Amino acid sequence: MHLISLPIEEQAILLLAGMVLFTSFILLAQPRIVSTIHSFAWQGILLALVTVLVAYDTGLHHLYISALITFLMKGLFIPWLLHRLIHKMEFQREKDIIHHPALVLLAGGFLVIFCYSTALPIAKMSNSVTQPIIGLSMAMVMLGMLMLITRRKAVSQVIGFMAMENGLFFAAISATHGMPMVVELGIAFDVFVASIIFGIFFFHIKNSFDSLDVDQMSKLSEIDR
Amino acid sequence: MNLNGWMLVLLQSALFVLLSPLLTGWLKWWKCHLQNRQAPPMTQPYYDLWKLFGKQALLSKNTSFIFRVTPYMISGVTLLAASIIPLILVRVPSAASADVIVLVGFFALARFFQALAGMDTGTAFGGMGASREMTVSALAEPAMLMAVFTLSMVAHSTNLSSVIESILSQGLVLRPSLLFTFFGLLLVALAETGRIPVDNPSTHLELTMIHEAMILEYSGRMLALIEWTSMTKLMIYAVLIVNIFFPWGISQRLDFANILFAFMAVCGKLMVLTLVLAISETVLAKMRFFRIPVFLSLAFTLSLLGLLSHIILEI
Repeated sequence: MHLISLPIEEQAILLLAGMVLFTSFILLAQPRIVSTIHSFAWQGILLALVTVLVAYDTGLHHLYISALITFLMKGLFIPWLLHRLIHKMEFQREKDIIHHPALVLLAGGFLVIFCYSTALPIAKMSNSVTQPIIGLSMAMVMLGMLMLITRRKAVSQVIGFMAMENGLFFAAISATHGMPMVVELGIAFDVFVASIIFGIFFFHIKNSFDSLDVDQMSKLSEIDR
Repeated sequence: MNLNGWMLVLLQSALFVLLSPLLTGWLKWWKCHLQNRQAPPMTQPYYDLWKLFGKQALLSKNTSFIFRVTPYMISGVTLLAASIIPLILVRVPSAASADVIVLVGFFALARFFQALAGMDTGTAFGGMGASREMTVSALAEPAMLMAVFTLSMVAHSTNLSSVIESILSQGLVLRPSLLFTFFGLLLVALAETGRIPVDNPSTHLELTMIHEAMILEYSGRMLALIEWTSMTKLMIYAVLIVNIFFPWGISQRLDFANILFAFMAVCGKLMVLTLVLAISETVLAKMRFFRIPVFLSLAFTLSLLGLLSHIILEI
């Protein structure tokens, strides 16, 4: 399937899918926590846009609803909540230092190649426009996981977790044109509750350790020796 | 066709060389206005070059022939590079002799001699500048080559003229690969031409300079040649970016009206690109030197993503 032969809205789907993948890479390499939250919001908004375009292209109306939910939850609500938490804890200028950012980015590139080659046989079975996106969405899950591993601060780990969820949603959109409505609402509710519980946990971690660095938690004694 | 074509190659190269100080002047003019400073006239780089050409060139006794040869070497190589880039006409006869990879090679050759000349005088600054320049370029070159590979995969050719022609003939296609490659190449161009987040072209502060440190020992007509070459290099990168990613307006036939229109079009595109550059130089600050590898690895990632998204999404 060549890109040139596709109509313009299907080209736009693929373009936006590429941009969603790029936001995953930005999340991976962005040390500032506030900017990480912004990139996460952009990822949500782009994801909602892709979903709207897929809905328009395939004529499946229930996808408009999931696009709306994605936009409200991941584009607006969760970033707003994280922002508020950061402001309350006065962590606006905090940085999550990434060791060897170039190496992490390269590893991300390898993960994309790996996921592409893994998803190739699955993608061959479908012949819709979103067929090449399956590999990308798997890569997004993997990149979220990589972000979980490489980050130290609890906030950015939560964002990595949410980015993984974004990848799963993207996979559902691209492989089967969305999940059943019940499942989708359930997941949205889960994410909503999870974000609130994470918020409460941030406060607990901050109160006990005076920082959001999860490495502090592995210390057994409170006195530095 | 053939003789006219070669005449056009000469005209194109002459335009590159003659218009590049104007491009730099235009950039400076915008920058000054954006920063609320009194702007020099746009033709100021010409006056500067004229002044430098009139001055005596001083050579230290300790320099070898490399120091003397380098200004002519790099200006010649850059002129060769300029002659193979389609500025107003797509199928120039000289484009058949060299492709994009040769272009990267030309720049590497010029850089090699410049770094050698920087070290040749034996001053501390020259060596430091050369070492920094090689560090930056060693990271920028893979990103540039990756972008070149993406372009050649999209167009099935490494020849610049064929790349531009095939992008023109496809019309408006939303390609994720070209979007990423565009931004990747933009970052590489910033690093290679020594613009602001990487190097500050208007400073002589010893801790920050890269390009200026290498040419600190030059004076007179040699300095003028090097300055002129770096202006031409900026123009080459600018033309490369606007003509590959926004090729509309470039002339595909050899007739006067078409070529005049193409000239106007490329001037317009360059003006817009330079304005964007001026704005970015105003809002961004120069990076710490140890941040540059991160900047360039972003460029590499963008180019790599361009290549991957071409393979994954477009085939």
